Amino acid sequence: MKKAVSMFLALALMAASLTACGSADGGAGDSSSEGVAGETFFIGGIGPETGNNSQYGLAVRNGAQIAVDEINEAGGINGYKIAYDFQDDEGTAEKAVNAYNALKDWGMQILMGAVTTEPTVAVAAETVEDGMLQITPSGSSLDCVQYDNAFQVCFTDPNQGIESAKYIGDAGLAQKVAVIYNSSDSYSSGIAEAFIAEAENQPFEIVSSEAFTNDTSTDFTVQLQKSREAGADMVFLPIYYQEASLILQQADDMGYDPLFCGGDGMDGILGVDNFDTSLAEGLILLTPFIADAEDELTQNFVSEYQERFDEIPNQFAADAYDAIYIIKAAIEQADVTPDMSTEEIGTALIAAMTEITVDGLTGEGMTWEAGGTVNKTPRAVKIVDGAYQAM
Amino acid sequence: MRKLSKTTYNNLITYGIIILAYILVQILLATGSLSSLMEGLLVPLCTYVILAVSLNLTVGILGELSLGHAGFMCVGAFASAFFSVNMQGVIPSDGLRFFLALVVGAAAAGIFGLLIGIPVLRLRGDYLAIVTLAFGEIIKNVINALYVGRDAAGFHFSMKDTASLNMAEDGQVILKGPQGITGTPGDSTFTVGVILVLITVFIVLNLTHSRAGRAIMAIRDNRIAAESVGINITKYKMMAFSISAALAGVAGVLYAHNLSSLTATSKNFGYNQSIMILVFVVLGGMGNIRGSIIAAVILTLLPELIRGVGDYRMLIYSIVLIVMMIFNWSPKIRAWREAHPLFRRGKRGEEA
Repeated sequence: MKKAVSMFLALALMAASLTACGSADGGAGDSSSEGVAGETFFIGGIGPETGNNSQYGLAVRNGAQIAVDEINEAGGINGYKIAYDFQDDEGTAEKAVNAYNALKDWGMQILMGAVTTEPTVAVAAETVEDGMLQITPSGSSLDCVQYDNAFQVCFTDPNQGIESAKYIGDAGLAQKVAVIYNSSDSYSSGIAEAFIAEAENQPFEIVSSEAFTNDTSTDFTVQLQKSREAGADMVFLPIYYQEASLILQQADDMGYDPLFCGGDGMDGILGVDNFDTSLAEGLILLTPFIADAEDELTQNFVSEYQERFDEIPNQFAADAYDAIYIIKAAIEQADVTPDMSTEEIGTALIAAMTEITVDGLTGEGMTWEAGGTVNKTPRAVKIVDGAYQAM
Repeated sequence: MRKLSKTTYNNLITYGIIILAYILVQILLATGSLSSLMEGLLVPLCTYVILAVSLNLTVGILGELSLGHAGFMCVGAFASAFFSVNMQGVIPSDGLRFFLALVVGAAAAGIFGLLIGIPVLRLRGDYLAIVTLAFGEIIKNVINALYVGRDAAGFHFSMKDTASLNMAEDGQVILKGPQGITGTPGDSTFTVGVILVLITVFIVLNLTHSRAGRAIMAIRDNRIAAESVGINITKYKMMAFSISAALAGVAGVLYAHNLSSLTATSKNFGYNQSIMILVFVVLGGMGNIRGSIIAAVILTLLPELIRGVGDYRMLIYSIVLIVMMIFNWSPKIRAWREAHPLFRRGKRGEEA
């Protein structure tokens, strides 16, 4: 009897999977727009819509959606509309490859993704075989762009660490710096490593370097105590804002008040629930995107995002928005059409990537190296009166 | 021709299902009617089937609850990926290198199974579950803290960061702590996966129906009675547990060589994954190998096939899981099914 039920389920499933094979372009998710093969560019996105990192994935999905809608409303790219579909990878490499294959069945020609590092690396191994252009909005490790077909919108982790160290050194912000980082997160340890290495060339010294892991990311008193004992006048936090908000709170509780400095993961700290934003006063962060910047592009984007998704966009949304416009610029430069094969489009676009210059939300005059990394200047901001202020 | 016994007949059906599925997939591949999504899922399916069957050996046949199966998979995955990355230039033949990687992965996981087993298998029931759970988490965290590099002078180890490896200029960092191992060759194929599934099923079924297997099941059913007739409890427990661990290591090798980036996160090697494998076993039926295979296939395919529903995907997946569990195991529904003509037919062939 168990067998009968199992058989029944197996048969039902097989039938379902076989029909799924037959209607490849009918299996698109809810976020897809209608597209006609040969007359529309199929751009796919991959990122975590569920799980721990879902806020980043959802921000990327929404940010890119806004860009796609804007471009389609304005008549498309060279007259061709864009079809856009975003698939969930749950933040894991394994599911990201599944998502990539699902998007290929849908007809994807260009990939915008993935959002987190490991999925991006895993998917890059697939896109390079298919000769597809891959632009990751936020996959920041060097491994993400180890193949020629992958390009980044954000800074690489080592670059961010080096830039931060140079900035602190040039501005003479501190003499003794302590680092607290998340050793189980490749973003955080990547920045911390490069920062510590670059510090040797800078006029300040690293007095302590303390790590925590995802499993111990609630109590930071030990790390703060060590920083204080080492006499650090600045604590560098290359971590995400949730943990940073706890660190600021706990430092305040123990009466320790050094200068705090962070990377782009710190963006969003003013929006943490139940967080006393006065604790973040004087916090310095290097971020490519500032939601309350004065320029028209940012203001339009932020108001549109707030209207549609009811929250202030973070840098992930901005990176994704830029990624879509970068794809547009590359398509215009290479003059490809949707009826070409994915590989032809890929080859032409990869060549075009090093020739284009894009002004976006996350930087002006962005250009790309053939290796896939982006050239843009980082912006430092300081939190003054509960708002970002450019330095 | 000798008349087949009932067990042999049953086992042959299990092998037959696997081989039929393989042939069906090969036909679909040859005619090009398999979607990329399904094609990409073939190797993961084999991985999860091996995991489910091997855990069934511990849970269903030995009768001990193990919550660290993903830990053994993790050991196999990292040991073999480390081996393959190192040997990429040394062993030119992909097939030979992958075969050796399989041996390395299985051996590493088996040794860990043995080491964990020595102190733990003297314990009973819940204690084993707790210790295996801890083991899985420890393995994951140790790998996340470990940095290994190689240069002309040999291997360098560090528990801190890549800078403290002190490597020469031409050195290559192989294991980068939380960033794991990247650049593992993609040697896993569906054919190799199916062969490994067949070997796993062969090992587990043959062990179960051997003298040793009967001793193992005797321990499960009544420990005191088994001990009193002179069965060496620790020996047979160790045997089942380390074979189960080694097979999980094989699944890890398959997993590692299917993706180019390998990291130890709580999603792929944490206790979530261990529980997921346990779910395959429980849904398929404790001690029922064919059930484990079918449950692993269904539960791996399900979340991928309902990608179309978008935001509600995970919700629907959970609901279907609950419904399937109730449908298969709720006493009331089982009683209803006994009475219902649609399900009664299969009753004759029901396994133990």
